[in-house]
Amino acid sequence: MQLNQFLIMQHEVLLTIVLIIIMISELNFSTKNKSKVIGFSTFLFGIVTVIGFLPSQTGVLFGGMYKNTDLTILMKNILNLGVFIVFLQSAEWLRKPINQDKISEFYLLVVASLIGMNFMISSGNFLMLMIGLELATIPVAALAAFEQFNNKSAEAGIKLILLSAFATGISVFGVSIIYGINGTLYFTELSSGSLATLGMIFFFSGLAFKISIVPFHLWTADVYEGAPVNVTSFLSVISKGAAVFILMIVLLTVFKTNQGEWVWIIYATAVLTMTIGNLFAIRQQNLKRFLAFSSIAQAGFIFMGVIGGDQAGMTAVVYFVLIYAFSNLAAFGVIASISNASGKELISDFNGLYKTNPKLSLVMMIALFSLAGIPPVAGFFGKFFLFTSAASGGYYGLVLIGAINVTISLYYYLLVVKAMFINKSESPIQTFKSDGMMRVGLVICVIGIIMVGFASQIYEYIYSLSLVI
Amino acid sequence: MIEAIPLTHWLTLSTLLFFIGVYGFLTRSNLITILISIELILNAVNINLLAFNKYLYPEALEGHFFSLFVIAVAASEAAVAVAIFINLYRNINTVEVEEVNKMKY
Repeated sequence: MQLNQFLIMQHEVLLTIVLIIIMISELNFSTKNKSKVIGFSTFLFGIVTVIGFLPSQTGVLFGGMYKNTDLTILMKNILNLGVFIVFLQSAEWLRKPINQDKISEFYLLVVASLIGMNFMISSGNFLMLMIGLELATIPVAALAAFEQFNNKSAEAGIKLILLSAFATGISVFGVSIIYGINGTLYFTELSSGSLATLGMIFFFSGLAFKISIVPFHLWTADVYEGAPVNVTSFLSVISKGAAVFILMIVLLTVFKTNQGEWVWIIYATAVLTMTIGNLFAIRQQNLKRFLAFSSIAQAGFIFMGVIGGDQAGMTAVVYFVLIYAFSNLAAFGVIASISNASGKELISDFNGLYKTNPKLSLVMMIALFSLAGIPPVAGFFGKFFLFTSAASGGYYGLVLIGAINVTISLYYYLLVVKAMFINKSESPIQTFKSDGMMRVGLVICVIGIIMVGFASQIYEYIYSLSLVI
Repeated sequence: MIEAIPLTHWLTLSTLLFFIGVYGFLTRSNLITILISIELILNAVNINLLAFNKYLYPEALEGHFFSLFVIAVAASEAAVAVAIFINLYRNINTVEVEEVNKMKY
C-alpha cells in the first residue's frame, strides 16, 4: 500500500488532523484566553469543510473494508456542512462562564463523533460499520451530559448511553447471525431464508434506534429535552442523517435479496413513525420536545424514499436529508439564541416574538415552513420527491397516509408561527442581539433552505451520483 | 475435546444469555446492574461469533477479530456510562432508575 492511497480517505484523515490540532492547541491558550479556542476551532473546521468539496479520489482500501464513492463523499460533505453550522451556532453558548473550562472538549467530542460517522458511511464490512457506529455514539452520550451541574443533562446522558449500548447489543447479535449464514463479514449479498430474516430484523432494530423509528423512539424526547440545545441540534440532524445514509446503503446492498421482506418492515414502521410522531408533537409545550417529535415524524417521511429503493428513491433521501439539515438547524439556532438570551424554551414564551425580535421570528417561520413542506421553500420539493418515489414503487396507501400526516404536521408547525406573530403577550422576550457567528449560521441556513429548492442542478447532481453505490 | 460439544449447544447458551441480558435490562432498577445486563448481551454475541467461526468457517478468523472489537467497544461504553453515573451520583446521591425521572411526558 502506497502512501498516496491514504488520500482516498481524505475526509477522515483531515478530521483526525483537526482533532489532534485542537487537542494540542488547547494547551497553548492560557486560562484567560480559553474562549479563543472557539474561533480557532470553527475557522479550522471551516477550512476542512471547504477542502471536502474539492474533487477527491474514489476507491477501495484495506481489502474492501473501506470504500469511497462519489455518493458517500457527498454524504460526508453534507454532514461536514451541518457540523460547521452547529459550531457557528454553539459559540455563544460556549462563551458562557459555566462552560469556561470545557470549551475544547465540545469540539473534540463532536469531531470524534463525526469521524465515526464518516467511517460508518464508507464501510464495506460489518466490523468497520460497528466500530464507526460506536465511535459516532459514545462521544454524543458524553455531549448530552455536558452540563455537569444540571440534573436533566446527566439524565439525558444516562438514557442515551444505556439505550444506545442496548441497541448496539441487539444490532451486533444480528450481525453474528448474518456471519453464521454468510461466513463473511463483508457486504456481500445475503442468502434468503428464515435465519437471514431474523438477523436482518435484529440488525435493523439497532439502526432504527439511532434514527428513532417508532417502536424504538422513546429515548428521543427525553434526551433532546435534557441535552443542551446545540447538542440536541447535532443529535437530531447529523447523527440521524448519518444513520439514515448507512441504513439505506446496507438495505440496498447487503439485504438486496431480502427486499421482499424488508419492504414491509419499512412500510409498517414508516406509517407508525409518521402518525405517532405527529400526534405526540401536537401536545408538546417545550420547544425541544416539540422538535424531537417533529424529527421523529420526518424520519417516517424519509422512509418513503427508502422504500422506493431505486435511483430516484436514493436521490430523494439524500436530497431530503440536506434540506432537513438546513431547516432543523435554523429552527434549533433560533431556539438556542433565545435560550442563551433569556433561558426560555416553551412555546408560550414565544408569544409576541415578532414585535420584539422580527428577524429571528422570520428565520423561525421559514424553517418551520420548510419542515412542514409549504411550497416556496425547499422542504416542499424534498417531500415531493419522497412521495414521488414511494408512488412510483406502487405504494399508494403509504402516500395517502403520508399526505394525511403532512396536513396534521402543518397544524402544529403553524401553532408556533401563530404564537410568534399573532398571540399577544404581556411580558414578551426582550429585544436582544445574538452574536456574529450565530447570525452567520442562521443566514447560511436560510440561504440553504431557499437555494436548495430553487437550484434544480443540486437535485440533478445528486441523481447523477446515485447511480453508483 | 471441544469438538465433542455440538454447535447447537453453544447457540442455545448464547441465546439464553442474550435474553437473560434483555430481561435484566428491562427489569433491574439499579443503573450498574443494567450496565451488567448489557455486558451479558455483548458476551452472548461473542460466544455466537466464536462458535460460528470455530465450527463452520475455521479457515478464516473473522469471527475472532470481531469478538475482540466487541470486547473493546463494551469496555469503552462501560467507561463512559460509569463516568455519567458518577456525575449523576454527585448531583442526586443515588444510582436508582426510579430517581432518574425528571423528564417524562
